[in-house]
Amino acid sequence: MKKKTNKEISNTKEVLYFAFRNKKLIIGLCLFIFFLALSIIGPYLTQYEPLDYAGPGYQPPSGEYWLGTTFFGQDVFSQFVYGLRSSFGVGLMGGTIATLIGLFLGFFAGYKGGYIDEILMMITNVMMVIPTIALMIIFAAYLPYRGVVIQSVIIGCTAWPWTARAVRSQTFSLKQRNFVSLARITGTKTIKIITGEIAPNMLSYVFMVYILQFGGSILAAVTLDFIGLGPTRGISLGLMLQNAVLWNAIQLGMWWWIIPPGLAITLIVGGLYFMNTGLDEIFNPKLREM
Amino acid sequence: MSLEVKNLKVYYQTLRGQVKALDDMTFKINDGDILGLAGESGCGKSTFSNSLILLKPPMKYIGGEVLLDGEKLPIENYEEMKERRYKDISIIPQYALNAMNPTVKIGKYIRDVFTFKGFSFKEIEKELKRRLKIVGLDEKILDMYPIELSGGMKQRMVMVIATLMNPSLLIADEITSALDVSTQKAVSKMLVEFRDKKFVKSIIFVTHDVSVLYQIADKILIMYAGKFAEIGPAEEIIHNPKHVYTKLLVGAMPEVGIKYSETPLSGIPGHPPLLIDPPEGCRFRDRCPHSMEKCLKEPPMIEVGKDHYVACWKEVDRNA
Amino acid sequence: MGKYFRRKIIIYLITFFVAVTIDWLIPRFMPGDPINALVGRLSNYPQATQVAYTNLQRAFGLDVPLWNQYLNFWKSLFQGDLGISITVFPKPVFEIIAEALPYDIFLMVPAILASYFFGNKFGAFAAKKKKLDNWVLPIWYMLTATPYLWLAIILAWAFGVVFNLLPVAGAYSFSLTPSFSFDFIFDLLKHWILPFLSLFIVQLGGWAIGMRNMIIYELDADYSKYLETMGVPDKLIRKYAYKNASLPQITGLAIQLGIIITGAITTEIVFSYPGLGHVLNQAILQEDFFLIQGCFLFIIIMVLFANFVIDIVYIFKDPRVRHSIGGEM
Repeated sequence: MKKKTNKEISNTKEVLYFAFRNKKLIIGLCLFIFFLALSIIGPYLTQYEPLDYAGPGYQPPSGEYWLGTTFFGQDVFSQFVYGLRSSFGVGLMGGTIATLIGLFLGFFAGYKGGYIDEILMMITNVMMVIPTIALMIIFAAYLPYRGVVIQSVIIGCTAWPWTARAVRSQTFSLKQRNFVSLARITGTKTIKIITGEIAPNMLSYVFMVYILQFGGSILAAVTLDFIGLGPTRGISLGLMLQNAVLWNAIQLGMWWWIIPPGLAITLIVGGLYFMNTGLDEIFNPKLREM
Repeated sequence: MSLEVKNLKVYYQTLRGQVKALDDMTFKINDGDILGLAGESGCGKSTFSNSLILLKPPMKYIGGEVLLDGEKLPIENYEEMKERRYKDISIIPQYALNAMNPTVKIGKYIRDVFTFKGFSFKEIEKELKRRLKIVGLDEKILDMYPIELSGGMKQRMVMVIATLMNPSLLIADEITSALDVSTQKAVSKMLVEFRDKKFVKSIIFVTHDVSVLYQIADKILIMYAGKFAEIGPAEEIIHNPKHVYTKLLVGAMPEVGIKYSETPLSGIPGHPPLLIDPPEGCRFRDRCPHSMEKCLKEPPMIEVGKDHYVACWKEVDRNA
Repeated sequence: MGKYFRRKIIIYLITFFVAVTIDWLIPRFMPGDPINALVGRLSNYPQATQVAYTNLQRAFGLDVPLWNQYLNFWKSLFQGDLGISITVFPKPVFEIIAEALPYDIFLMVPAILASYFFGNKFGAFAAKKKKLDNWVLPIWYMLTATPYLWLAIILAWAFGVVFNLLPVAGAYSFSLTPSFSFDFIFDLLKHWILPFLSLFIVQLGGWAIGMRNMIIYELDADYSKYLETMGVPDKLIRKYAYKNASLPQITGLAIQLGIIITGAITTEIVFSYPGLGHVLNQAILQEDFFLIQGCFLFIIIMVLFANFVIDIVYIFKDPRVRHSIGGEM
């Protein structure tokens, strides 16, 4: 046991060493933190509420309105920073829910095997074939009131299948490994095996899965918002885009309204993907460049 | 001389520095010899065999020379070696069971290799079928996918493929390590047959299992920590070893019929040095029960019998 | 092999069953009274209200026990009766969807095939060239991170408004009538190119990344190493790597289908392209429940069918699947 702790320490050092040198991780992290900071600080920088009529409509960016105004005269910057909050909120909640469900089901199926595995995999396969958009539409369309929380729950409950599958195969391969068999032979209780041997090895993997789910939730929310199944109150980046298209922002050439929301999404999710690839390289020595 | 190695130095380039995995390797083997290359894990035998046939990063050629059939083998030149590979020097890898492309029929696989290398598959087809028969495989195997074969069949198939062009030198890299004893015997015997039938000129059989070598090797070369320790006829090495390490290694072999309670196995206490900063002089001196002051200097290679060489100060003293 | 097929078909049947059940179940358990809401919409047509109410009663069959309602639902499904649309009253849902479907196929199939083909080739190419790989990989990641709808918006704005080159609404100009004339086909293509491009570009990134990773993985496999020790020219090693890497990509296609359809839906909305996505969007905005449900079912059917086709293609391409006794890969 002691030997493993020493190895763990040197492992962490090694991980951090590579972490700080990995360009992909750094860039991704910077993008993510930039927008996160903007979403937190942004609302304090603006005097307008996102849905207030701040002034004349159809204004391009100026000193008064940093990102211009919408068709109706709402301040785009305010909408933008509040919308960022909403997107991060969905990413956090939806991502967490999806990861937890996938983790639990996948691990259970992988560890127990046999009948339980067969049944859970059947469910997972069925859920995987049904497109998430279809499920989300069916759930969301019939709700009279929708908030960010409900949206996150819907997204989380439909996005878990690939995670369950992935966690299951990881569990399978870990289960076969020697240190687990050793623990079993020495009569260690199941729960101890899970927390002591398997979990630490899966941590890095689960973290990467979470990042992907976070990004995926943000994208799913944007789509839901855009097709009309977004929150019935408040603002989000997807709603901004929906309104823009609905009120002919394209035809009117209102680039300040249509570029920022989508660009932010692209950069945030892209940053998350970078982070994920970077982490993969760090945790997987084989992928590291010399 | 079939193979002559002179002062071969191959290191590994890593982030933490150079790992001196193969340092100053020198020996000769004759046509028709089966040379057993033995030593502990990490002693450099795999580095050696890989450097002969596929030297690429992170391996780095530092110095030395290899002569095959009198001609210099350009191991440090990746592109030039391409021509020699498979034709003059061939390898049966450790991963032989996965060596073939799983999505291509075996016959087509061989045909592709030959065609892309610029040789005629048609000319070799007859010989291929003949060899299959010799190792006990049906012709139909050429029409199958690797997944349809058993482990033993795959092993034999790869052995046939590796020797199809009658290379001067065949390297068998730990091919018996994952096998049970009876299969080990069958595979070893097949190697001898290949040599006897002149499908290959000489064989280097890399393993950590000295007992297998005793069965089929003509000569045995013992390596330790990237350095040459001893080379000699198999009989001599097993029954009359000169290097302290060889003696301990041979002494560590279990014998049939002897009980552990009566005659305990002698292991070798300690472990080999890290090769990123190896000790000066003889690399075995820290574990050697007979180490002296002298051992801080490189021991020279001296002849102690016919075709029997050793690099140990104790022997130098004895023969002085 | 028979066992493999049987297993797959069972899963598809179960999936269809589950999907239809969800479709039937959810509306009934949502808060609110859908029938009154629906009737409320029709208050503009006083004479239609009575007709609608009876229709709705029949459709929801609320006067019969629950299991009866369920069976009735299945019955009408097989008769092709998906109900009547509220927004385009009294056009049957089935007709609306049937008219929209060809546009979807026209848009999605070329986009999927083209992005798959070029993405894979490009990805394989980059896998071998380190320098190219370093700066093109981040671009691909950004492409996959781009929401389809936003790229559609940007393309529409850039080419439609700023450069004023291409139209941004509809499948063809309102002034023209469909015919096989060159004018019409040219016009059709002009309306088609932007939505096609937005689907194509985003997917391209995904396939390229996938193929690049798979090729790197294959080049690191034992059989690739052995080919190297045999001094075989790079061409053969690359050929084998590409062949083997293509296989998981086919499976990837099946998995991506849901996402691609999502992208198609949103793209159609941006361009008012009259496919299923556009229809669905209108249905949601108008709370036309029958239409929403109809679209849902059609999407499911399309996905199941596509999955089935991909499974068959995969069997032909991978000998390992043919050999193994029908287990899940």
